[in-house]
Amino acid sequence: MMKLHVSMLALALGGALCCTAPGLSRAADQALPTKPAGPMSKAADKAAKPAAAPAPAKTAAAASTVSTDTVDAYIKATFGKAPADWQQRIVPDETMQACNKYRNDVPHDVGDAIMKREITRVVYPADGKFLGDWKAGAKIANNGQGGQFSDKPETVHGGNCYACHQMAKSEVSFGTLGPSLTHYGKDRNYTEAEIKQAYTKIYNSQAVVPCSNMPRFGTNGFLTEQQIKDVMAFLFDPESPVNKE
Amino acid sequence: MRPITAVSAVIGIVLCTIPIVAKAQDASEKEIERYREMISDPMSNPGFLAVDRGEQLWAEKRGTNNVSLESCDLGLGAGKLEGAFAQLPRYFRDADRVMDLEQRLLWCMQNIQGLDTKDVVTRRFSGPGKISDMEDLVAFIANKSSGMKIQPQLSHPKEQEMAAVGEELFHRRGGVMDFSCSTCHGAEGKRIRLQGLPYLAGTGKDAQVTMASWPTYRVSQSALRTFQHRIWDCYRQQRWPAPDYGSDGITALTLYLNKIAAGGDLAVPSIKR
Repeated sequence: MMKLHVSMLALALGGALCCTAPGLSRAADQALPTKPAGPMSKAADKAAKPAAAPAPAKTAAAASTVSTDTVDAYIKATFGKAPADWQQRIVPDETMQACNKYRNDVPHDVGDAIMKREITRVVYPADGKFLGDWKAGAKIANNGQGGQFSDKPETVHGGNCYACHQMAKSEVSFGTLGPSLTHYGKDRNYTEAEIKQAYTKIYNSQAVVPCSNMPRFGTNGFLTEQQIKDVMAFLFDPESPVNKE
Repeated sequence: MRPITAVSAVIGIVLCTIPIVAKAQDASEKEIERYREMISDPMSNPGFLAVDRGEQLWAEKRGTNNVSLESCDLGLGAGKLEGAFAQLPRYFRDADRVMDLEQRLLWCMQNIQGLDTKDVVTRRFSGPGKISDMEDLVAFIANKSSGMKIQPQLSHPKEQEMAAVGEELFHRRGGVMDFSCSTCHGAEGKRIRLQGLPYLAGTGKDAQVTMASWPTYRVSQSALRTFQHRIWDCYRQQRWPAPDYGSDGITALTLYLNKIAAGGDLAVPSIKR
């Protein structure tokens, strides 16, 4: 039990930290406290293991025994019959190229370059309002449809936030790939700076955490501005179950 | 990293609510585990119907040459089935290619039987009123390796290339969500919704258990499914394009995964949710 407490603490902290300092955010997103110092370090070290993402750091060195050209040739042979616009979707942009190359564990300068590039790809609401309707946001967070080759093109996309995050306490079916977001707005005192930062992260996670596992919902055109605002309200409205329960 | 430790003492106070969550999670995990045990009874596994149909198909004369598949070499010699699946994918000299079981079966259909495989490929995944030869044949042949250990073949340079490409593909991000296989399977002990995710970015029990359980009967789909289907469905959920059936990318991923699953005890066809 104790282990679990502390590891969830690490996750909660991860969530909190990624919205304060970009330098820290990288570590926070991956919840990988490597060598904590101080009296709690032993417990934190142990607890970090289940919560950590050991893959990128360990395997990065073993990467690239085959050339990118070879891998690309396999990809063409495997997905080459898909419609052209679908194939286009798996051509990595500059940011994904970097994340692929380092298996998400990018050096600091590469990470900085990613954030610098991706922040220019964030479009903030023209009306200056970040928060929509939390009830609509709750539905978007619960909807895992859209964007699959089995979906009809007109399918309304969902954010599928619960696949990875805990949000409202009443929803017990939630994933653990991302940190828990319960009391998200409340814990951040509903401040304007935190609201803008969260909008940035949902719109383009790479602008905040280089090689974050989270999709770039706005920049990749997966969610509309209104949908993002609604999800934002789900996180930040004081009446939302995220902050109430 | 120091700031994390520094702040952690302060945040510790907030933690009093977390045990309730953990308890609820434990309870649901146990329920899921109970459900898995309930459905994993091999005596009531409809996957064995596919095994029986596959046995008949294996011996059936078809194609312009009107011969059966019984002389098809799956790597251990013509017609030798015991243990063949445990060593696939592997390099085949006659085709000068590394193939998984499904690629090899298609090759034998074309080259030994003279069978036009277009129809077989159209029925690659079964559905209502649509029986899949491939699912049945794979169930039959894989079952002949049940109880044996996964033995990845990595001595030929082409096998080594396949495994290396498979590892790269596992980590390659793309699609409108920027997902890769490792997004979900890159860390230990993670869940998507309530579904536990096997860690497949390195060796370990997760990889062994996962790879030793395909092909499987999917209760939710009322069908026996092969690993080709599993990868196809993973790419669908990743928002990638549909991978071509029997393509080299899937074989590469399969060989990489068998490499990290080496030594796993095959128990197939298994039965899953």
